[in-house]
Amino acid sequence: MTDPIIKFDNVVKRFGELTVLDKLNFEVNRGEKVSIIGPSGSGKSTVLRILMTLESINGGVVTVAGEPLWHERGPDGSLVPASEAHLRKMRAQLGMVFQQFNLFPHMTVLRNITEAPTKVLGLSKKDAKDRAEELLELVGLADQAQKYPHQLSGGQQQRVGIARALAMRPNVLLFDEPTSALDPELVGEVLNVIGKLAEEHDLTILLVTHEMRFAREISDRVCFFDQGRIREEGAPEDLFTDPNEERTREFLKAVLS
Amino acid sequence: MHWTEYFPPLMEGAWVTIQLTVYSTILGAALAFVFGIGKLSSNWAIKGVSVAYIEVFRGTSLLVQLFWLYFALPLAGIAIGIDLRLPPVLAGVLALGLNIGAYGAEVVRGAIQSVHTDQHEAARALNFTPRQTLWNVTIPQAVPEMMPSFGNLAVQNLKDTALVSLISLGDLTFRAEQIRNFTQDSTTIYSMLLVTYFGMALVLTAVMRGLETYVSRWRTARS
Repeated sequence: MTDPIIKFDNVVKRFGELTVLDKLNFEVNRGEKVSIIGPSGSGKSTVLRILMTLESINGGVVTVAGEPLWHERGPDGSLVPASEAHLRKMRAQLGMVFQQFNLFPHMTVLRNITEAPTKVLGLSKKDAKDRAEELLELVGLADQAQKYPHQLSGGQQQRVGIARALAMRPNVLLFDEPTSALDPELVGEVLNVIGKLAEEHDLTILLVTHEMRFAREISDRVCFFDQGRIREEGAPEDLFTDPNEERTREFLKAVLS
Repeated sequence: MHWTEYFPPLMEGAWVTIQLTVYSTILGAALAFVFGIGKLSSNWAIKGVSVAYIEVFRGTSLLVQLFWLYFALPLAGIAIGIDLRLPPVLAGVLALGLNIGAYGAEVVRGAIQSVHTDQHEAARALNFTPRQTLWNVTIPQAVPEMMPSFGNLAVQNLKDTALVSLISLGDLTFRAEQIRNFTQDSTTIYSMLLVTYFGMALVLTAVMRGLETYVSRWRTARS
């Protein structure tokens, strides 16, 4: 077994008085598809936001591909807080799909996808466009390239969000409740795209979701978060059909009824 | 002197007013961006200079600034042995531009801050540098927000140009004063002055509206 691509080691995150992550230990293996479920406020999204470096940590160590994310190794080998340059280097391995899509409203769909590859990765305009068109094909929006985000439905916007994240060729893709802001009839088209991605065995997927049936379908492993810790984790068929913990049972009963 | 004969000198003055307005508005817009962005800088020196500029020029009278640049600066120059005499046009453009730039800087700052944090997070997740985020993500979205206020400031600036007649610059108001001194026909000449300023303000407002439509065209794109 290879080293985990993501590792949380006793990670603490506080917002003022509130402890969101309470000495969290959590691992994800390369290529694994992991769903995180749990009540709101349990720290699920915070895990993704820490990985995307949108939130810092108050204690513990997060490693990505064996390297500390929020720390750097000092000259004597000890861990010191990460510099912006280190964060930039680490961030390149990760991509994120946001609950509210967070597309750039002033750019066309095509430019939303090509902007970062040209500006950040230094791809030529043509290569970036080819890559974008391929991805738009994948998410089923090849004919919408010249539109602006506000001209698309929520489901279409989220698919653009997925294409935009993929254009940076991340090793790990983080989905932060990708269908929570969508009208019910638009959820399916987004889940279809994510399901397609889940078949790629190189891509590591970390999905925070309330779509239990979908989590069960695509995940190798499901983690139930409660009060800043993993209360229970396991293969989806075990966790969903026969949870060990009373708290998990209560939660599943509440959301599945 | 028949009232139709007022037109040639008035038009000559109007042309000076137009030039003053255009140059000082452009200078003001440039200063507004420099110091509006500067005020948001994490570098305390840049931030300090920006705040000082904005507060000094918003907190003092435009007329005093104009007199200071035109009358006081050359004398200060003599005291330290440098020639700081400014031609009236330059003094006028500088005073107007510096003044409108200070108000504009607050507009720029406010518009930049109004861009939602969602956008910054997306930019960070895509690994844009802070500078790339500012120029490619934040400012293009902030500019349409600035436009209505910029339109007001431009019209304000047009009207403020009348003050430069007091440093003997031959603008519209200066020419009108000259004619009035000569003919004593105050009613006609000041009425013509009002109408001319109003007409120029209408054109300027239309131009700014056009500019606003242009910079916000992504908002109104139809499917």
